[in-house]
Amino acid sequence: MALTDRDHRLRAQVTPEALFHDRRRVLKALGLLGAGASLSPLAQAGLLDLFSTPAKADGRLPLPHAKPAAYQAALPLTPEEKVLGYNNYYEFGMGKGDPAKQAQGLVTEPWSLTIDGLVAKPLTLTVAELGQRFALEERIYRLRCVEAWSMVIPWLGFELNQLLALVEPLPTARYVAFETLYDPKQMPGQASSRIGGGLVYPYVEGLRLDEARHPLTLLALGLYGKQLAPQNGAPLRLVVPWKYGFKSIKAIVRIRLVASQPPTTWSQAAPNEYGFYANVNPAVDHPRWSQASERVIGPGGLLDIRRQPTLPFNGYADEVAELYQGMDLRQWF
Amino acid sequence: MVLERMKAIKLLLHLMCLAPLGWAWLHLVQGGFGADPVKELIHFGGRTTLQLLILTLSVSPLARGLHKPELIRVRRLLGLWCFAWACGHVTAYLLLELAGDGWLLLSEILRRPNLLLGAMAWLILLSLALTSNRWSQRRLGRAWQRLHWGVYAVAILAPWHYLWSVKSLSPEPWIYAGLLAGLLLWRVWRRWRRLNPAPCAAGPAGRR
Repeated sequence: MALTDRDHRLRAQVTPEALFHDRRRVLKALGLLGAGASLSPLAQAGLLDLFSTPAKADGRLPLPHAKPAAYQAALPLTPEEKVLGYNNYYEFGMGKGDPAKQAQGLVTEPWSLTIDGLVAKPLTLTVAELGQRFALEERIYRLRCVEAWSMVIPWLGFELNQLLALVEPLPTARYVAFETLYDPKQMPGQASSRIGGGLVYPYVEGLRLDEARHPLTLLALGLYGKQLAPQNGAPLRLVVPWKYGFKSIKAIVRIRLVASQPPTTWSQAAPNEYGFYANVNPAVDHPRWSQASERVIGPGGLLDIRRQPTLPFNGYADEVAELYQGMDLRQWF
Repeated sequence: MVLERMKAIKLLLHLMCLAPLGWAWLHLVQGGFGADPVKELIHFGGRTTLQLLILTLSVSPLARGLHKPELIRVRRLLGLWCFAWACGHVTAYLLLELAGDGWLLLSEILRRPNLLLGAMAWLILLSLALTSNRWSQRRLGRAWQRLHWGVYAVAILAPWHYLWSVKSLSPEPWIYAGLLAGLLLWRVWRRWRRLNPAPCAAGPAGRR
């Protein structure tokens, strides 16, 4: 334990330099700096200011993992600093940069996850125990946000079905309900609707049991080879790559197996805009914008904007389309 | 003397309207718009447009309140800058969000109510900008005034466009909408007062 603490401290000390290079990479990526160009004193002052904010507490430890060939998609990855800096996580504010600034104080250790409801063997495990019990895999998945932007992220996690097998769902269980931590002291958006966008908290999500058991459905503990950062849903989040990003609930404390379709946060907030299924579907537009194409948040900078057609089920149709056979996806959006 | 002062005020206003561009550049270079600045840049352009619209519509209440009718002479300048920022906002959306796809821009405008509102507001501003010179004013005569009342439509369309473009309710669009509503209500109130003068003020000659 003491060793981990020291490790954290050491990491906290070395971060600024790493961050400095990160910032330079961001600027270069934006196309604002020529290679080898030096930063103006003004820009350097700004960079120094930034040292105090985001990644100071980023003591993300590396997680051992396998790299199964089936999931190493040959897609250009979204750079780590963009994954860490561009987040929708209203518990920490509605701006895309807010979570990276506001979430650093979130206490993610110790953290326990309860799995109960319609199961034969309800269970409470710590995240450390999860990491020991299940071998982590790196999986490169596309992420498609309902706001029509997308990323490609190397997650570290294990299949949710492994955990579900452990608790033995009863035959009456048909849905799985997920719940984020509720702690308004740590999550300012839960304490103030001005910060939290007026959503009802805790954030809840749900999947049909067959969706939850699908091998693509991941419980993630990390990304880019390391633990999750708080703004990405540390210490434990869901990743369902064929659904819009808001389905992939962050900072999970409870998983419940239930008989009927559980309420989900965004579909409660705006039922005509966000459905329970929320499968990525270029043919069904959001009432206020098109879902036919997406802006790619990739390695390119501001002078290299890319847009690509959105794929049915976010490119995972071969794997998951059969789950929805006979369903009108326009009605069950 | 007055002319000199007006020149100085105008120069100051030009600089003020240009300043957000410089600020945005510095903010961008310092990474202040975040890991992916596209959405922030578009919103920044839109908000600056709304701020200039508010400023433009504040000119006549200010001129009246301060008893400085000559202030009216800065209104065209502010209105044109408002249009310039609206163009920047649309350009940023086209180039950064839609990767320069003009057809996508058109189809999005036709199919999305919030974009349609924004496009209507931009078209009105365009027509006002094109006719903002003295020559058009003389040519159009009374029609010019009616055309330029179109700015009141923009004051309704633009904040509405902002309100509908954000994912969930946030306070900022409401602040802009409230300020613009206040400026419109002030005009309604003035007109109402002119058409319904207080009995003693009306005098024997009545109105007209």
